[in-house]
Amino acid sequence: MLRKTLIAIAILAGAAQPLLAAESASDPKAEFKAFREYFTNRFPKVALDDFVNGPYSMDEGLRKQWKAIDEFPPYDFVVDKGKQMFATPFKNGKTYGDCFPNKGIGVRQDYPKFDAKSGQVITLDVALNQCREANGEKPFDYTKDDMAALTAYMAFTSRGKPMNITIPNDPRALAAYTKGKEYFYTRRGQLNFSCASCHVQNPGNHMRTEVLAPALGIMNAMPIYRSTWGGMGTTSRRLRTCNSQVGAVPLPAESDEYRDVEYYLSYMANGLPISGPGTRP
Amino acid sequence: MRKRTLIRLAVILSVAGFASAALAASADDFKAAYAKAQAAEKGAAAVKDRWSITEATLKKSKAAADAGKFDDAVKLAQHAEALANASVAQAKEQEKLWPDAVIR
Repeated sequence: MLRKTLIAIAILAGAAQPLLAAESASDPKAEFKAFREYFTNRFPKVALDDFVNGPYSMDEGLRKQWKAIDEFPPYDFVVDKGKQMFATPFKNGKTYGDCFPNKGIGVRQDYPKFDAKSGQVITLDVALNQCREANGEKPFDYTKDDMAALTAYMAFTSRGKPMNITIPNDPRALAAYTKGKEYFYTRRGQLNFSCASCHVQNPGNHMRTEVLAPALGIMNAMPIYRSTWGGMGTTSRRLRTCNSQVGAVPLPAESDEYRDVEYYLSYMANGLPISGPGTRP
Repeated sequence: MRKRTLIRLAVILSVAGFASAALAASADDFKAAYAKAQAAEKGAAAVKDRWSITEATLKKSKAAADAGKFDDAVKLAQHAEALANASVAQAKEQEKLWPDAVIR
């Protein structure tokens, strides 16, 4: 009798394992569909491609201001600087273009990528610094200035191209995607906010004077010129600012968590056009 | 009669003085409270959920100690410890709760 009971328990425990695993597993295709439907159902008047314009897709008054500002875009000088930097050879004679497919022109929509060799997510910013280091140059700060200029130029050459993020058939890639999703939905900081608290639950609503952007397409506008910064900032800079705003100590720029959440959100934006560099209040 | 009252008053004041000296926090009290707060904040760092206010409160505690205000320093260190513990509790709780928020 005891033996039978033990066997029954063992069988039940074995059967429960896949259920427990499934609870934390990810199904990117199904999640992509659900994510897209959530936003299109909630904002039926917003054209799908317009979500990449963040708060301007949510608020007509803000949109008018943006259109006026964009007649003389504040990021123009930065794009020019990035273009010049991009074309200037390193000390060894090579250029950034030598590190990328198609010489780095019109490739921004393919980043972040999962790198099978390192087992890590490689964002465009990380790829640029890897390029510099491979050519004997010091890496740039990941938050602004030179890095923002380079990524602004590269985004500019990709404008209108649909985001094209792949999750290869590699459990580490799926793990990175899942980690990114976890980071996005996890509450943190003294205010007990997650990224989703603002960008899923409250897009279009005001947080003090800011109109919150929808999570759908939020990466497509990066890097951004932000009036509150008085300059350009990268994805890392934006994520660090988000952390600070909810009372959390920001992580180092391009930390694994930031790379993974960029991977997750960029995958969710697949098919939507690159609109970066962007302008934000 | 007046002499007796003065003596009593002197005794009361001296006892009160001793008592307040005994209740006042010392540099050692601060060190102990600060070490506990730092250990709690290390726990928050381990779960990658440090709060800005905890860091700021730790700094204020240290500054109060540097100024010789050990009562304030101990109170601030204890407050920082409580904040750090709250952030650890938040992180542990979120490990279970975050999947509930995912769009499905």
